[in-house]
Amino acid sequence: MKGKRIMSSILIIIMVGLAIYYTLYGSQGWYDPASGRDLLLRTWEHIKLVGIAEFLAITVGITAGLLITRSGLKFLASPVTGIANVGLAIPPLALVAGVSPFFGIGFRPGIIALFIYSLLPVLRNATVGIEDIDQSVIESAKGMGMSKLQIFKKIELPLALPVIVSGIRYSTILCVGTAAIAALINAGGLGQIIMRGQSVNFVSLMMQGALLTAGLAVTLDWLLSEVEEKLTPEGLKLGKESE
Amino acid sequence: MIKLENVSKVYPDGTEAVNSVNLEIKEGELCVLLGPSGCGKTTTMKMINRLIPITEGKIYIDGTDNQELDENELRRDIGYAIQEIGLFPHMTVAENIATVPKLKGWSKSEARNRADELLELMGMDPSEHLDKYPVELSGGQRQRVGVARSLGANPPIMLMDEPFGAIDPITRDNLQDEFLKIQEEIQKTIVFVTHDINEAIKMGTKIALLKVGELVQYSSPAELLARPKNQFVRDFVGTDRTLKSMRLMRAKDAMKPSPKTVRLDSEVSVIQKKMKENEVDYLIVTDGSNRFRGWIRAQDLEGDVGSVDEVLSKDVGSVSRETALSDALSVMLEEDVANIPVLGKDNKLEGILTFNDLQEVIGETYTEEGGGRQVGS
Ligand SMILES: Nc1ncnc2c1ncn2[C@@H]1O[C@H](COP(=O)(O)OP(=O)(O)OP(=O)(O)O)[C@@H](O)[C@H]1O
Ligand SMILES: [Mg+2]
Repeated sequence: MKGKRIMSSILIIIMVGLAIYYTLYGSQGWYDPASGRDLLLRTWEHIKLVGIAEFLAITVGITAGLLITRSGLKFLASPVTGIANVGLAIPPLALVAGVSPFFGIGFRPGIIALFIYSLLPVLRNATVGIEDIDQSVIESAKGMGMSKLQIFKKIELPLALPVIVSGIRYSTILCVGTAAIAALINAGGLGQIIMRGQSVNFVSLMMQGALLTAGLAVTLDWLLSEVEEKLTPEGLKLGKESE
Repeated sequence: MIKLENVSKVYPDGTEAVNSVNLEIKEGELCVLLGPSGCGKTTTMKMINRLIPITEGKIYIDGTDNQELDENELRRDIGYAIQEIGLFPHMTVAENIATVPKLKGWSKSEARNRADELLELMGMDPSEHLDKYPVELSGGQRQRVGVARSLGANPPIMLMDEPFGAIDPITRDNLQDEFLKIQEEIQKTIVFVTHDINEAIKMGTKIALLKVGELVQYSSPAELLARPKNQFVRDFVGTDRTLKSMRLMRAKDAMKPSPKTVRLDSEVSVIQKKMKENEVDYLIVTDGSNRFRGWIRAQDLEGDVGSVDEVLSKDVGSVSRETALSDALSVMLEEDVANIPVLGKDNKLEGILTFNDLQEVIGETYTEEGGGRQVGS
């Protein structure tokens, strides 16, 4: 964890530093790089895209993912995780492009595309996190007279939590990248800057957008791994060390 | 007390796992469910605490139909231990053991004290282990914690499904011994599943032998060995029944109490006279408080003998009342003697075990069997 902290901080400093460098010294002939104000605005848009899409994905994904592990709905668990896995094989570009014929272009269609894509890892991990719990643990809990709700709250949830959070982390990183592509349908965010740079073949603009997108992804990855670490029960951490 | 009345189980896929089983387990008894894989042992056991719904028949616990009780309440009053143990990996040993006490609303300190007490009982140092996580324990220790957890709220009844199944033979043997000692103290009513005939003989007050869902024989281990009801039982029990029954029987079952002795301070002539009277050429020598001191042989008394103590054979084997006959036989063979004293506390002489007694006792069990096909219950 310490190593990750150091690596992440170094990476973030380098990327943000470089982005600032391009902002200050990136002019070239006719072209000027994006202004600091412009960059902040686009970054904020990007965060909004990711934030809203993730919020929806987490809410829907965890609820649905946990629901299909309950006894009455269990038959749905493996088809749904199967679909989620297949869905993740679709390239983000194809998904973003595929959304616009139905929903048009702009911020909202962007959110829809991002939501669909971010939902899959969250949903899959919520289900798998529960399904992968050692059956003898559940069986002994039941045998000792814990109610279904008690088993869910005290056994299943804490044991599945690390897997669930790691699904959220994976989904968030994926979402940051996909959000950059969502500029294709004019959803806003840092992707807009990259696209602008590309249309006139201007490196500074492309670098500004790309560096900040990457910086955002690394930052969120780091923050969420801290959360993951916090939520992993002590007894499970020890297990991983001894493996 | 647990009573199974015409209990049957048919799984939804049509498998007839248990077929009209009748069984009565008295308070304080350890009933072993024994039989080959797939014969329905686990199914039978799990119907008692309703982990598996019963298809037909009734199960009474202390006279109450278990279907009439709340299933969670029922399970909290029945200890449950399984081969895979199923300790909660995110909880400490103390928290694991406190599971049922907490469910029953015990206070934190009560639950903690109970965990402490149970670890002690299982031979694990509480101060060292209470706050450890399951991953930090050895296989044998996990198994112990599993049993401790099932004893958590001191349930009168325990269900144990191959509780010592997943550990090496030596640790298993130790755990069995320890558990028997504990059981002597706590006197639980236990249903114990195993497919190991030796474990069944060692642990069981009664053995229920199952064959594809049917109860074939329900009797004490000694009965099962001595009077197998049919070929299936004979085959299952194995060809080394003699050895098995010797493992089962104790020195106290075969010894002769109050053997002829002489006192250490007796005159040589008195001893020789006593030997002649009894037509033997050896005698056990004891001291004033009936403690075993050694053997005296006729040949050692020939010639000029100062005191009995000088010619006493002292370093000879002995056994205790609880020594298995198989072990007693080993001692005889090792020491190359045909008689062996049975000693109690402080070497007090309890009786004598002779090679002939051994043969007789074992022979007897088989003449009974030869005496007819009638089956005792
Ligand atoms: N959930 C189930 N659905 C259908 N059949 C089952 C189910 N559980 C067990 N069976 C079948 O019921 C029979 C008895 O199973 P059970 O688990 O009681 O055997 P067992 O004596 O405990 O065996 P083992 O020594 O292997 O544990 C077997 O034929 C088994 O395949
Ligand atoms: Mg079984």
